[in-house]
Amino acid sequence: MLKAVILVGGPQKGTRFRPLSLDTPKPLFPVAGRPIVQHHIEACVKVKDLKEILIIGFYAIAQMEKFISEMQALYDDVIIRYLQEFTPLGTAGGMYHFRDQIRSGNPKAFFVLNGDVCADFPLQSLYDFHASRASESLITIMSTEATHQQSVNYGCLVIQRETGRVSHYVEKPSSYVSTFINCGVYVCSTEVFPKLAAIFHSKANESHFCLNGNGKDQGHIRWEQDVLTPLAGTNKLYALPVPNWWSQVKTAGSCIYANRHYLELYKETHPERLVNAGFKDDGGDGSSHLICNIYPDVHIHATASVHPTATLGPNVSIGPGVKIGPGVRIRESIVLENAVIQDHTLVLHSIIGKESVIGPWARVEGTPTDPDPNKPFAKMENPSLFNSEGKLNPSITILGSRVNVPIAKIVLNSIVLPHKELNRNYKNEIIL
Amino acid sequence: MKSGTRALILVGGYGTRLRPLTLTTPKPLVEFANKPILLHQIEALVAAGVRQVILAVSYRAEQMEERLKEEALKLGVDLIFSHETEPLGTAGPLALAKETLNASPDPFFVLNSDVICEFPFQQLLEFHRNHGKEGTIVVTKVKEPSKYGVVLYDDVGCIQNFIEKPQEFVSNKINAGIYIFNPSVLNRIEVKPTSIEKEVFPVMAKEKELYALDLTGFWMDIGQPKDFLTGMCLYLDSLRRNHPEKLSTGTGINGDVLVDASAKIGSGCAIGPNVTVGPNVVIEDGVCIKNSTILEGAIIKSHSYLESCIVGWRSTVGRWVRLEGTTVLGEDVIVKDEIYINGGQVLPHKSIAASVPDPQIIM
Repeated sequence: MLKAVILVGGPQKGTRFRPLSLDTPKPLFPVAGRPIVQHHIEACVKVKDLKEILIIGFYAIAQMEKFISEMQALYDDVIIRYLQEFTPLGTAGGMYHFRDQIRSGNPKAFFVLNGDVCADFPLQSLYDFHASRASESLITIMSTEATHQQSVNYGCLVIQRETGRVSHYVEKPSSYVSTFINCGVYVCSTEVFPKLAAIFHSKANESHFCLNGNGKDQGHIRWEQDVLTPLAGTNKLYALPVPNWWSQVKTAGSCIYANRHYLELYKETHPERLVNAGFKDDGGDGSSHLICNIYPDVHIHATASVHPTATLGPNVSIGPGVKIGPGVRIRESIVLENAVIQDHTLVLHSIIGKESVIGPWARVEGTPTDPDPNKPFAKMENPSLFNSEGKLNPSITILGSRVNVPIAKIVLNSIVLPHKELNRNYKNEIIL
Repeated sequence: MKSGTRALILVGGYGTRLRPLTLTTPKPLVEFANKPILLHQIEALVAAGVRQVILAVSYRAEQMEERLKEEALKLGVDLIFSHETEPLGTAGPLALAKETLNASPDPFFVLNSDVICEFPFQQLLEFHRNHGKEGTIVVTKVKEPSKYGVVLYDDVGCIQNFIEKPQEFVSNKINAGIYIFNPSVLNRIEVKPTSIEKEVFPVMAKEKELYALDLTGFWMDIGQPKDFLTGMCLYLDSLRRNHPEKLSTGTGINGDVLVDASAKIGSGCAIGPNVTVGPNVVIEDGVCIKNSTILEGAIIKSHSYLESCIVGWRSTVGRWVRLEGTTVLGEDVIVKDEIYINGGQVLPHKSIAASVPDPQIIM
């Protein structure tokens, strides 16, 4: 029997995801029409013998319970539960705190997935690799290759080519270590808990001397620095480099990138979620009608209404209850539930918040910050909001919920916080 | 010969201020409200009884000469091209055309070719006759006189002084670039580069030989794209009051709009206010255009939004394009789908495939 733990963090985290995280917990933000963590859950339920998924975070239960019960209803072969941390315990502290829940039923191993990554998760092959080294492997890390320059922004690992053993691990080194990076996806043996216990107790002793060290709870354990780094070079830490698509989702901008990749994966995994043909079945009689002009890949929620003269795609996700008027053009964007986009309007590289209304002939446009397609292994850049001159870096445009863009206005490379009535053109601005 | 039969229009050089339009069409032929700029002036002169028009040009443009001669023939006016071998300023061309201008003792008109207004030639002639002095200049009221040279004159119109760019308010009347002179003024001018405003008028004013006539109605120097569009709004407003039947009406037309009969406009469009659409222009469905001029043969594809721009002859604007901020497309420019151009000046025969969010010249 196998289990999975998905670490979703809490409201104090994910601030770079604002304003989208102001009204939806980041793990529940829909990418390709599904909450970010649902993609993790879907990857987990496909693994043979996986019986339970534990989602650990410090969001209030009330924020998560509706999602959890929906997931439970959808995937009824697997138990899905949310465990709330009483205080932020770090990436490993939460796991240690809930160790009895994870160990109960005696799983052979369990997956650990960071909630803020998106990927074509190769969980089965990761487990098979781990199992093949079960006698000595405590943890197996899913790894991918990054560019020389970008690697230092991640956990870097030196892998022995023959065995897959990790001989060295550094989290965000200041100088180059290796182009193999940690994807935040692991298979762990339950023997990892005695390790965590030892770390927990040594921290408890330290705290007598320096008042909790950095002021954090003594149960605070950093998975990467406190667990992985010491394990490297002990023959107990393994890594499997995979060529699968993988990206962090730190900023709202990375959602557009993740959206594109998840939509592409749907072609294999869930073609029914795409409307790439541009036609919709009208029922069992085999007849169908035109939805609108489509450049694949496009996802449209069943309850959205799209005028047949609109043109959508590539890489567009339209949420529930959205209304799209005649002659609208949308490309590389996510439109959230109940938003209204009126006639002839253009939306490019943007996220349109819930219940926002965009008037006719408006233009909502952002600038993508995609990885350089000409560089092998390039990852999504997560540039800071402002450049060194204090100016806003061009990025995707984000409209928070219930933003109103009037007729014929342009909103370019801007971030608009919720509930704003815009009344002029905006370029490269944050609108509070 | 009849009185008031001659006029000289200072056409001048290459019209660089109206580039990129004037890179492929001489400025006098650029259509303002669907009619070449110069024809607005010649028609008004003809209506005031002028039978001979001298065009003072500092370059040869055969295309222009042929085209204008055709038009002149239709209007029954004699067109004479006076070529400067070197630029002679605003006064020198009068001396160059001395022979023609001196052919009759009657006064003659002089005007700058960039000026658009309700030309008051008849009134100017009467006023000039009444005061009996050597010259009269038309003056117009402006909002910000400190940018111009202002004219000071007494109750009967006798000009006392000119003040260049006054810091303190002294007057809001400026020289409108429209004059009438007795041939004796030619004695004051030689064939050499001379400014009529700076070198001739002050002397005439001192001698109490120069009068000012107040212009009623609108006035604009349309030598630059921004002013070209402002002038178009004023012109259409004047058309609304004087010849409302010339303006277009119907669904999808808002405010003052002038559409050539051969242009096609699709359904679901919002055209206007202040738009002129030239011959054979095609505007597809769902297009919104405000404060803009669309020149002959241009194609505006569906769902685009154009505000304050000039679209050059036979240019193509793609779908979901947004043009604004005094964007000027030269002749035969192609703007690809979904492009945004703000304040772009696009040279002829360019194809634009990337957005230009900040004002710039696109070579």
